[in-house]
Amino acid sequence: MDFRLGDKSEVLRKEAREFLREVLTPEMVEECYRTGVMHNVEFTKAMRDKGWLAPGWPVEYGGQGRDPIEILALSEEMARAGAPTYGIGTTMMIAWVINMVGTEEQKREILPKALAGDIVIALGFTEPENGSDAAAAATRAVQSDEGWTINGSKMFTTNAHIADYVFMLARTDPDAPKHRGLTTFLVPMKQEGVEVQPVFTLSGERTNITFYNDVFVSDQWRIGEVNAGWRVMSVAFEREHSAAFVGEQERLLDHVVAWARETPGEDGLPRIEEAGVRERIGRAATEIEVSQLLQRRTAWMSTVDLPTHMKGSMSKLFSSERLERQAADFVEMLGPDGVRGRGDPTAPANGEIEHALRHSKGTTIYAGTSEIQRNIIAQHELGLPRPK
Amino acid sequence: MDLRLTEEQQQLVEAFASLYADAAPSDRVRSAEPGGHLPELWDRLVATGAVEMAVPEDAGGGGASLLDLALVAEQHGRAVAPAPLIEAQVAGRLLSRLPAGADALAGVIAGNRLVTVGVRPARDGVATLVPGGAVADAIVALDEDRLVLVPVPEGTRHVVNTGAMPLADIAIGADATELATGADALAAYAIALDEWRVLTAGALVGIAQRALEIGVAYVKERHAFGQPIGGFQAVAHRLADRATEVDGAQLLTREAAWAAAEDPQRAPELAAMAFGFAADTARDTTYYALHFHGGYGFMLEYDAQLYFRRARAWAGVLGEPRDAYRRVSDLRYAAVGA
Repeated sequence: MDFRLGDKSEVLRKEAREFLREVLTPEMVEECYRTGVMHNVEFTKAMRDKGWLAPGWPVEYGGQGRDPIEILALSEEMARAGAPTYGIGTTMMIAWVINMVGTEEQKREILPKALAGDIVIALGFTEPENGSDAAAAATRAVQSDEGWTINGSKMFTTNAHIADYVFMLARTDPDAPKHRGLTTFLVPMKQEGVEVQPVFTLSGERTNITFYNDVFVSDQWRIGEVNAGWRVMSVAFEREHSAAFVGEQERLLDHVVAWARETPGEDGLPRIEEAGVRERIGRAATEIEVSQLLQRRTAWMSTVDLPTHMKGSMSKLFSSERLERQAADFVEMLGPDGVRGRGDPTAPANGEIEHALRHSKGTTIYAGTSEIQRNIIAQHELGLPRPK
Repeated sequence: MDLRLTEEQQQLVEAFASLYADAAPSDRVRSAEPGGHLPELWDRLVATGAVEMAVPEDAGGGGASLLDLALVAEQHGRAVAPAPLIEAQVAGRLLSRLPAGADALAGVIAGNRLVTVGVRPARDGVATLVPGGAVADAIVALDEDRLVLVPVPEGTRHVVNTGAMPLADIAIGADATELATGADALAAYAIALDEWRVLTAGALVGIAQRALEIGVAYVKERHAFGQPIGGFQAVAHRLADRATEVDGAQLLTREAAWAAAEDPQRAPELAAMAFGFAADTARDTTYYALHFHGGYGFMLEYDAQLYFRRARAWAGVLGEPRDAYRRVSDLRYAAVGA
């Protein structure tokens, strides 16, 4: 056994830290908080110049051919620094889908722009009436001579207001079983009939609801075969399930430790001297180690061609649940001052801990709720029957 | 990064799995209660070299790495084996690091002397709740800043305990011999304790893993309200959480064992993490494995309770998981005024 990530990963990690120190200015971070948008054009271009928009893609497709373990080192550093990578993540996820199942024309049109950081693609899976049950999508796409007419709405289309496209899951055969009547489209946002309304969230992140009223999309923008949308989605979902929140936990603990070292308790000693504070810090450090190991295992398994599906669910489940618990625990540890919110000059640790409480709540919901992850583990890892 | 076991390690795991299956099936684990020691199992372990292998080669042993021993400990835990193997391995390694321990070590390697180690410093001249102490010939104990070898007096009382372990409170008498003093004693004891933490974590992982299997098998088989109870999400989701924690505890414990040789700087911190997390995991996993048996889980006849009790007691002789987490914080962030 060898638990080291390896020299290539550690070199990349160091490079990422230097890059973030230089490029991710306090103003940029502040702007993310102020606007609630985790996408920044300047940052994206800097990432592009490093070749880090698609570090894991093969070199012949414009990537750097890095293995999943190297990419882990990179994404851990991005999350730990709070870098605005959300728009990059969704854009490159869909660019990869197009690379895998798109037509030559679609690849020519989309891939160079995605790799250049010139476009943003938002995700249109969830709807007001369905979330975890993504295959229940009710938004309709009806074929006409030249293309498709789309009617419906999509919820949590984060970044849709700055996006060039929404990658949309729509129902094309209402009579087929629900997984077999879906088709995916890349809907240009400038198309007539698309309307974006902001939705504000607990963490301060801005997302959207998007409405589609008789939106015409030419057949050129259909991704994959008609009624094969669920298969296309699995290409995208496979990557989302391996999401883990290691850097976020590290970031939270960094703030907590700094606070506990410099803040005196009632006895005048720094609060890190208190047994209860040390216990909480040590527990969080341990959970971070476990989160990291679960995530690294998933990455490692994919390098040796082992199936990672339920192991990725474990990684996502554990890291998000523990992040959420830690944030709640640390806010309580702050005492009454824990309620002083981000943005207030008197907030402990510049409000980062209070913000983590808000932010962490979303992590057990998006990218497959904890309940969905537990279903996957129960059925595929433990072999338990599907719930009736 | 590579999480695969070597071929030798796989063989080691298989060899011990079959030894335990043969010499310590659950009816024999029961028959060894409450004393918690199966002499036939102990003889098999000694004969197969399970103690000797832990001692470094230059001290006459088999030179197994802590990772090899952790893999054995997982199998030991899966069987909830009634034998003080981990304590004997740790004591053997400890003796091998102390010139004054040579005589005792010779008996350990020859297999005719059972020596274990007290995992908490003695208080008022008594080493308390010494694992294996009730069946050992001698124990190694830390008394203030002296590391001593204490012969276990004839007729030493077995302490009745949650996990049916062969525990004893052992007074450090005039016949104790000094193995080391001062900083040397403290340093040697600290290494031994970290090794015990890692190996016990390995055993706790084994307990948790096997308890999960027992629980999962039962909820697939038991029907209520017209379906297997494993189909109810209230049951399935808790088991999914436990499966996740068991995987995490195993990875963490193996990492801690690996770090003893490969990343010594982080090894103490990882040992504390592994102990705390494996203890939490074994406690929670055995709780749900038993609970989902309903009333049967409460019956002594079912195996779930064997695991439930040992998960608590094997870790409990050192301390609660919270102690381990405080230790993690102290090792990493060195308390300011300490």
